[in-house]
Parts: sequence; C-alpha cells; structure tokens
Amino acid sequence: MSKRDIYEIVSNEPIARSIWRMRLAGDMSAVTAAGQFVNIAVDGCYLRRPISVSMLHDDSLTIVYKIAGRGTEIMSRMSAGMRLDVLTGLGNGFKPEADSLKPLLAGGGVGTAPLPELARRLIAEGKRVQAVLGFNTADDIVLKEDLEALGAEVHIATMDGSHGAKGFVTDILPHLDFDYVYACGPLPMMRAVCEATRCGGQYSFEERMGCGFGACMGCTCKTASGAKRICKEGPVLYKEEILWQTLQ
Amino acid sequence: MADTSVILSGIRLDNPVIPASGTFGYGREMSEFYDLNILGALSFKGTTREERIGNPSPRIAECSGGLINCVGLQNPGIDKVISEELPWLRRHFRKPIIANISGFSIDDYRYCCERMDAEEQVEIIEVNISCPNVHGGGMSFGTSPDHAAAVTRAVKQATSKPVYMKLTPAVTDIAEIARACEDEGADGLCLINTVPAMRINVSTRRPVTAMPTGGLSGAAIFPRALRAVWSVAQVCKVPVIGCGGVASARDVIEMMMAGATAVEVGAENLRNPFACKDIIEALPEEMKRLGIERLADITGAALNPDR
Repeated sequence: MSKRDIYEIVSNEPIARSIWRMRLAGDMSAVTAAGQFVNIAVDGCYLRRPISVSMLHDDSLTIVYKIAGRGTEIMSRMSAGMRLDVLTGLGNGFKPEADSLKPLLAGGGVGTAPLPELARRLIAEGKRVQAVLGFNTADDIVLKEDLEALGAEVHIATMDGSHGAKGFVTDILPHLDFDYVYACGPLPMMRAVCEATRCGGQYSFEERMGCGFGACMGCTCKTASGAKRICKEGPVLYKEEILWQTLQ
Repeated sequence: MADTSVILSGIRLDNPVIPASGTFGYGREMSEFYDLNILGALSFKGTTREERIGNPSPRIAECSGGLINCVGLQNPGIDKVISEELPWLRRHFRKPIIANISGFSIDDYRYCCERMDAEEQVEIIEVNISCPNVHGGGMSFGTSPDHAAAVTRAVKQATSKPVYMKLTPAVTDIAEIARACEDEGADGLCLINTVPAMRINVSTRRPVTAMPTGGLSGAAIFPRALRAVWSVAQVCKVPVIGCGGVASARDVIEMMMAGATAVEVGAENLRNPFACKDIIEALPEEMKRLGIERLADITGAALNPDR
C-alpha cells in the first residue's frame, strides 16, 4: 500500500562522483520489499522525484541518488533537519526466490542503489550472496563496502580498468557460480546480463514517471503478460515477462 | 454551515470537485490514499472500444507549473472496464460516476455510449473529442464545429444519460465548437483538455517524449482554461465543467465564477495524490473567507451581465 508521510532528513552526503546518499527518518510501515521506491516532493519542481530505497533501518531509510537534473541537484543541497513530503511503499520490489541458494546481484552505476537491502534480506535467509557491480571508473563506485559489510562477495568491473576487472559486468559472469539473478542498472547492461545467463531472474527498470503510484499510466511498458506500469506492477519484472526489443 | 453542493443536469454533487479523467485511473490506486466517497463525482480514465496500450515511452515531460503527457489513451477497453472496473467502483464508490469515453470514428463513440447507457452507476457520459495524443480520432473531432456536432448527434441517439462533450482549447474559437455541441443537444460541456505542447532535450537535440508532442496540463494552464470556460459560459446555457490546472479551493471558486457548475482536478492529483481531498476540505474555509454561503450561487458571477 502506498502512503504519504513527512520524513526528516537525517543526513545527506556525496558518496561518489555525482552520487549522494540521503537518510530519511519517518514511518517505515509502507515499505515492504527491497527494490521499492519513494517519491519525493521537491520545492521548485512540478513532479516528485522517484528514488529507489537502498537500505531500511528501524526508523529510517536510505536512498542513493545520482544528480541527473534539476530535481536531484536541488536534493543534493538539502540539509539535515529538513522535512520532506514523501510517498512511500511504491512499486513491487524484488521477491526473494525460494529455490535459489546462490543468488547473484548485478548492479550498474547508481542502479546498485537497491541492492544492499536485497542483500541483507537474502543473507538473513541464509543465501550465499555474490554481487557484480559495473561502473565507468573507480570514482563512480558506490555501495561496495556496504555490500561487503552485509556479507556479500563483491566483484567490480570498471570500463577503464581503474578498479577491479576492466570491462563489463558480463565479463565477470563466466567466473562466478550462481543460480539466480537480481539486476538493476542501465538497460543495455541488464539486457546483456539477461542474455548471458541461463538462470531465472528479476530485473528492475526505470522509466520517466508522472505520478509514481499508477494513476497516470505515464510509465507503461509492454510485457509478455500485458501492459505493466513500471511504477505499480514494476519496477521489478521477471525475466520471462520482459520484452527487451520493446524497451528503449 | 457552508453549502458546497452543486447540481449537474439534475444530479446532485455534494461538492463540485471531480477528479479529471486520465489522472485517477478507475479509482483503485487513489483509494490506497483516501476514501473516495468524499468526492463530488469521479471521471474515469478515457475508455475506448478496444484495449489500448498507448504510445511508446517516454510519454511524460515535466515543465514549469505542469507536465506534458502523450500517454495516448491507454485503457483496458470497454469490455474490461464494464466487467472489472465498474464492479470495483460499485463496491467502493457511492457517488456519481462520469464515464469518459473516446473513439476513432463516430461509430466508436456511439458504441461506447450505448454500452455505458446500460450501466446503472454511470450518471453522466463525458465524450472526449479532444485527446491530442492519438491520430485519426480524438482531437480531430473537436476542432471542427461540424465534426463536433456530428459526434454529439450520434451519442445523443445512443444514450438517455446526460452527455457532456469534452473540448480542446486548440481551436480558434472554442465557443463556436461549444455552441455546435449545444445545438445538437449536448447536456453539458467539459473544458479544457490538455494544451498541445512539447519539450526538447537540449543535450540530445531530440524531443523529450517518444511522440514528439503531447498535451500540457497543470497549474500552467489554469488561466487558459479559465478563459475558455468564461468564453463558453458567455454563450452557452448548458452547464460547464471547468477543467485545467485547478490546484486549490480558490481555483475552484475562480473557475466557478468564470461560469463552471463543477470543476475537474487533473494534473494536481499526480503530484499530490490527496489533491481532491485537500481541496474539498479547504472549500468551506475559503467560502467563509469570501462570504459565500452557497457555492452554487457563484457560478458565472464574473460573466458579463449583459451577455
């Protein structure tokens, strides 16, 4: 169920080039799964800014966002103590796959954001969690230590080879042993991961949204199981239902 | 106690606030936020004969004071609306339902009106001849008085329920279109639909939305809508539902003074899902401040007295 609440900023700091982490305190009851998102009203912007939840704590949540435009730029200048009008519990997140014992989390750039909460949940269920993260360069790396602290085995690929393996996350896949994929990142990266893996998986998508709660139909995509709103039935879709050729 | 009730074609609304079609689905999503029974009425998502997935994405672009959409009438089709959405509304919504229907031919409009005519819960049929985001229908019917009249004539034969024609502002003289509808027996008018608009991404040098252009809604178009309502109310006798950029109780009152009997709230629902509730709750206070005892009394207060 979606919910509106006033959240207070606990902290807001840069954690990599153009990427910030904000901790928000408030009512957490509507957030039920990793991979869900919040939709934040930003003064000076007509529409809210949908940002995925990175980690849940008892009385607060962490979001990780990239400065991609005016709204997120304004967010990066917000300071602790400020109160924000936030819609929470939005979207269908990742559903832990019961049969998988060795899940792989694949993240690309700021798409790594929802993976810590997912890792925490999977590790708590006794799974052996590996993460493979792709970035352009070492300065862009986020959440590696967070994932390691939770107990995940983390592999990094950078395009320029400045950290970890040089190349794409798909270059690392052949060296890993996993039985399920949870992915979030740029479309070409997710498609490459999907095509390079034979196991099942769940992939989290991004689309330009109007409302974020299913009312405007602005973010609909075609799937094998009919029209789905990225904000409502998504953002996480099952591998079987994704029609990659219809996505851009 | 402030009286916020209004009468639309003999149908009493507890208040004039109606969520506008296309910003409220068929009510389900919004019911997660509040009990919809506080609304004056509800205009559901534009429904067509066949299911439509709409246009490719991205189909939303933001701008100052509003957003541009080119959704393109995505809807499950009239069969599913009747079999799945109306039963849900029957269980959760006791207020009047306004059925917003759209088509690509006069026969489509007639067919959808016939189907809605059989639905007891539907009190008013709102006929969308103003969607800017589809080709071969939609807005093309609303930009010529002859075409608007032809659709009105056809739908009036197809239903005994009140028919409100929803008009586009993208015409030289909206009052002329409104009069053509009224002359063919339209029971009311709803205006305005979105304003044709676009954004360009200056980095990619391409339009922001996948369809290059779309329809602007939100606070930015409120004065545009107000002007259209005022112009139409000057010359038409049938009730007008004012729509476009309404975001506050004050906007509702201003729209009614321009000649609206009731008011639709659209884009504001998308940035604040509680918009209609907030506006309804603020109305009595705003009325008191302005010395209004019966809201219905202010309809047309700003029209020319010698019209």
